[in-house]
Amino acid sequence: MPATPGPDPESWLTVEAGGLYCRPGDFYIDPHRPADRAVVTHGHADHARPGNGAVLATEGTLAIMRARYGDAAWRAAQCAGYGETVRIGPVAVSFAPAGHVLGSAQAVLEYHGARVVVSGDYKRRRDPTCTAFDPVPCDVFITEATFGLPVFRHPPDAEEVAKLLAAQEAFPERPILLGAYALGKAQRLIRLLREAGVDRPIYLHGAMQALCDLYEAQGVPLGPLVPVAGADRKRLAGEIVLCPPSALADRWSRGFKDPLTAMASGWMRVRQRARQRNVELPLILSDHADWDELTATLEDVGAPRVWVTHGREEALVHHARARGFDAKALSLVGREDEDADGEESAP
Amino acid sequence: MRAFADLLERLVFTASRSAKLRHLERYFASAPDPERGWALAALADGFETRYATPAMVRALVEERVDPTLFRLSYDYVGDLAETVSLIWPAVGSATVTEAKQAGEAPGLAEVVETLARTGRAERPALLADWLDRLDPSARFALLKLLMGGMRVGVSARLAKTALARFGGVELDRIEEIWFGLTPPYADLFAWLDGRAPPPQVDGRLMFRPMMLANPLEEADLEALAPDAFAAEWKWDGIRVQLAAADGEAKLYSRTGDEIGASFPEIAGAADFHAVLDGELLIVRDDVVRPFNDLQQRLGRKRVTRKQLAAHPAHLRVYDMLFEAGEDLRALPLDARRARLAAFVARANKSWLDLSPEVPFAAWDDLRAHRGDARDAGIEGLMLKRRDSPYLAGRPKGPWFKWKRDPLSADCILMYAQRGHGKRSSFYSDFTFGVWRGEEVTPVGKAYSGFTDAELRQLDKWVRDHTVDRFGPVRAVSFGLVLEVAFDSLHRSTRHKSGLAMRFPRISRIRWDKPAAEADRLEALERLIERPAAAPPAE
Repeated sequence: MPATPGPDPESWLTVEAGGLYCRPGDFYIDPHRPADRAVVTHGHADHARPGNGAVLATEGTLAIMRARYGDAAWRAAQCAGYGETVRIGPVAVSFAPAGHVLGSAQAVLEYHGARVVVSGDYKRRRDPTCTAFDPVPCDVFITEATFGLPVFRHPPDAEEVAKLLAAQEAFPERPILLGAYALGKAQRLIRLLREAGVDRPIYLHGAMQALCDLYEAQGVPLGPLVPVAGADRKRLAGEIVLCPPSALADRWSRGFKDPLTAMASGWMRVRQRARQRNVELPLILSDHADWDELTATLEDVGAPRVWVTHGREEALVHHARARGFDAKALSLVGREDEDADGEESAP
Repeated sequence: MRAFADLLERLVFTASRSAKLRHLERYFASAPDPERGWALAALADGFETRYATPAMVRALVEERVDPTLFRLSYDYVGDLAETVSLIWPAVGSATVTEAKQAGEAPGLAEVVETLARTGRAERPALLADWLDRLDPSARFALLKLLMGGMRVGVSARLAKTALARFGGVELDRIEEIWFGLTPPYADLFAWLDGRAPPPQVDGRLMFRPMMLANPLEEADLEALAPDAFAAEWKWDGIRVQLAAADGEAKLYSRTGDEIGASFPEIAGAADFHAVLDGELLIVRDDVVRPFNDLQQRLGRKRVTRKQLAAHPAHLRVYDMLFEAGEDLRALPLDARRARLAAFVARANKSWLDLSPEVPFAAWDDLRAHRGDARDAGIEGLMLKRRDSPYLAGRPKGPWFKWKRDPLSADCILMYAQRGHGKRSSFYSDFTFGVWRGEEVTPVGKAYSGFTDAELRQLDKWVRDHTVDRFGPVRAVSFGLVLEVAFDSLHRSTRHKSGLAMRFPRISRIRWDKPAAEADRLEALERLIERPAAAPPAE
């Protein structure tokens, strides 16, 4: 990468009250309050909010926003595929896959010969429901740090799915209530279960249905799914019922007979957090990069400068500096932990 | 180690007893010997030796991990063993060699057997080698095992219940020989597998499972014939078993823990040959002291002369299991008691006496006595069928405990915490307090005493009156009065209010009572347990 000839990216990409702002293009990336012009990396509610003016995003992300917000999603939307370049004023914007959820992208911004990659949320391991992360060489790499501590090392997905199937085998008389984020995690879990040979119907809490339909429409087959609302809750022995994490401790869960509660989240790695959620079967499964993925990504991308957004920034900045990167923390507000009981989990 | 770690992981997150039993049973059926035997030992008793100290473990991890990253991680996780298990460099990283990657992960048996023949100085290197070869969940199990503090919510009784189910034998048969067995229990498992006869044990000083009583409901009384029962006082001490033979003696708690070292005036002076069942009390100047005095003596490895003088221990016996090697347990209570009375008289020890029978003709006589019980500093009455053999466990029918009426106080609900298992969608653990000046100070916590219907109402009230949240806990506005029943009240320096309640439970929900009319701390202080003024009527 040649030396940056133009102005320092710090002068044209800044953190403002509304979020990360690109001055020459006059747009925000994942604004957390309504903006005239927004580039949206993916559909999770803490990144894609309603009420923006013009929105640029991938087809998958736009579909998710439309499904969630209807007419309030935007005034005007523009779709860009991975690798396709769109000019916003003097800034060239393109998307690269982030491997986080369906449609998730890194925003690649080029201005005066300098390239900045805003990774949004990402992970590096295989996900059968979305396109894998693609490292893009750049001058500044902006990374998340949700699991930015070396205690977070997500085990292989197959091990966690095996735990679930072992519990099902050990307790054939109990329904399994499986709490998972409604966008992304739920569909990935369904695919992983299908790959592990589960071909029985999987039951869905009402909050899961619309996004599962959307994934199928976007070409991710999920197999037989049944809304739990119409089913006899006393007759779900041995069945898997997917629901938002908050529903596990909600009055909703009371109708089931001796349910076995499970939850899939990267936070389940830490016992105390798992115990706080009161689940019997914690599954360590995350759509965010773990520590090894975060640190490997810094090397793979090779950007001399690293800006760290939300999460446990301090440890990742410390590590990056020790590895010779020019690293700093960007304090972005309004980002949630992946299983926070936000609107994602409303019944 | 892998299978054992998986078992621990499941047990730690499982609330229901039947689900825990299922996990244990499956483990005993699938794990090989001697692995499962050591697992049983770890679950039932834990390891007494602390093979690894926090300082040792910290030093090992700091050799391998950037200290800043370790500090940040430890701050986040909060538990040393867990932080180390997660942050330890993974197999395949620079510090873990190829040879180890190819090597087998150590089993629990290898760990235990190696530690037994390894000196203190070699332990850090040994531990590091094992940690290199294990995955995070097995590292955690290993560290907790070696550092102590493995809390998985499994009692020895539960582990033995699972064993009995696995082997298809009566739990009593395992309990009877349990204290004569040693890890890794090869003979026990051979029997449970159906490959060998029951193990033979040396029973001279062995703990024998105790016979326990069921609580008496007043309604039960009418169906019982007074002349079939003997009554005794229910003393407010701890239940113990004293086994003595050949100049040696062991004093056991109800769960079979040996506590003789804390009570040398008894364990060191029992020069007879018998197994006695009775209550351990503090008796000074012929007066039974409150339970709190006994607590000063419990759990001490060494006792000072001063403590011996200030809180002298006493054994008040009410049953005899063996006399001179003869098993008396099949005899009726009256016959055992007659043998015991003669035995106590012959033994003639200042620290040993017989718990007297309380004479009565009709149940009403006892009701009257029971009313006096609180003043006398005892817990209530015991009713035992005169013809009852001594049976292990808690058989229904022969023995009853008839506790004195509880005390009660009107308290204000302060915090509610979500329950576990079936109750995880309910706020079911309640912290309550009483007025101290203009403030409310917490005095206890209860999670029982209400019906399922009342729990629904309480849960709704909590959700509707939440003023703050801390994780699974909600703080509520001071608007609901709970009538809390409790057995007794003691001074405590560990609680902000200076009080500790024994066995608090919610006896009534006072939807009608304004919070301003709840009790004040001064009223509770008047209920604090005082020593018995005089021995109860005989």
